Amino acid sequence: MRRFLIVFACLLPAVAAAQQKLLPAQSEVAFTSRQMGVPVDGRFAKFDAQVAFDPKKPESAKIAFSIDLDSVSVGDAETVREVRKPGWFDTAKFPKASFQSGAVKALGGGRFEIAGTLSIKGVARPVTVPATLVQQGPNTTATGSFTIKRLDFRIGDGDWSDVSLVANDVVVKFRLALAGVPPL
Amino acid sequence: MLGISLCAPGAFRDASKMAGMNRQADAFTFILHAARASGARHPFMSPSAAYSRTAIALHWLAGVAIIATFSFGLYMVDLPFSPARIRQYNWHKWAGIAILALSALRLLWRLRHAPPPLPSAMPAWQRRVSHATHHLMYLLFFAVPLAGWAYSSAAGFPVVWFGVLPLPDWVPRDAGLAELLKPVHRGLAYALGALVVLHVAAALKHQFVDRDGLLSRMLPFLSR
Ligand code: HEM
Repeated sequence: MRRFLIVFACLLPAVAAAQQKLLPAQSEVAFTSRQMGVPVDGRFAKFDAQVAFDPKKPESAKIAFSIDLDSVSVGDAETVREVRKPGWFDTAKFPKASFQSGAVKALGGGRFEIAGTLSIKGVARPVTVPATLVQQGPNTTATGSFTIKRLDFRIGDGDWSDVSLVANDVVVKFRLALAGVPPL
Repeated sequence: MLGISLCAPGAFRDASKMAGMNRQADAFTFILHAARASGARHPFMSPSAAYSRTAIALHWLAGVAIIATFSFGLYMVDLPFSPARIRQYNWHKWAGIAILALSALRLLWRLRHAPPPLPSAMPAWQRRVSHATHHLMYLLFFAVPLAGWAYSSAAGFPVVWFGVLPLPDWVPRDAGLAELLKPVHRGLAYALGALVVLHVAAALKHQFVDRDGLLSRMLPFLSR
């Protein structure tokens, strides 16, 4: 038992070193949807990430990301009330969206391509997320954007499925500040 | 209709104003007079019974567009949040911006083309009311759509004209400002609505009570 504890204690810093910390105050997850050509911007106030990432060993990276969908703000107050409803996010039944990384590829110059699975409203779909890393002082900022099709996730189904009214493409943009990422 | 007498009372008052008797410190009037002085056709020199065809076309186009957009506005705000409402809000905005553009065209035309003089039998107070009504209407042709545009931008929905031409935001995106601008757009639109009612009522009075043929200046077929 005692020996086990010692081994465990020795392992702990190693695990901790592999884990980066998300700095929510400096991070942002936003999206843009289009209504009859009008860009409508939205963002999520609450999200969290578990990141184990060494830029030198992208193949062993593990990134799990989750978004609290109730923390959405988009358009005006009425739009916010609307997108929480069952036809859109259905936040009562599906409070969180999540992303789980699969293969991570380094493209050079601080750019990476993260393949993974995005789950929203009970639908899981493969996505590829590009991210550009910039390191400054102790922190690393990962930025990127990718496009998803809202109807793949049944977001805005029924009456709202007409894509001439609300476009199918939704651009998701993120800027994530992380502490403890090893140097590029 | 009612003789778009923006500053119509005509040549004699023009002359008196030029002579320094201008008591109306009205920038708008000033611009009109300046434009007229700078070579625009003078009503006194070329009297005509009716408005020009361009003025008539612009007038009726604007009239139909404004009444339709106004009615549409009243109808759409009571709809529940739905695809239909989003569609109609956008149509309303597109029509409203079209009215703004049309009004700019109309004002430019009006600055260079004086309307025919008012019937000489018209009492001075009526001239003044007509004058004031037309000034205010022109002001609101701009103020109403500009307030709608500003409200839309402040609320976080920039205007994309006909779904293809993105218009710039000229006020910041700000929910508090949007709450302020919403009743401004509504109040100005209601004021314009009230003036349109007065305008139509006056035109009908000229036609059916005064029988002075004023309406035929805007509806030439009436005089045939
Ligand atoms: C001459 C042109 C216009 C007229 C006569 C007009 C008239 C109106 C009227 C009567 C309403 C209903 C107000 C109420 O009862 O609450 C309304 C609402 C509205 N208008 Fe306009 N409008 C014009 C131009 C515009 C433009 C150019 C825009 C935006 C680009 C616009 C945006 C809106 C919006 C967003 C509402 C809904 C406000 C709400 O949610 O209560 N309008 N308009």
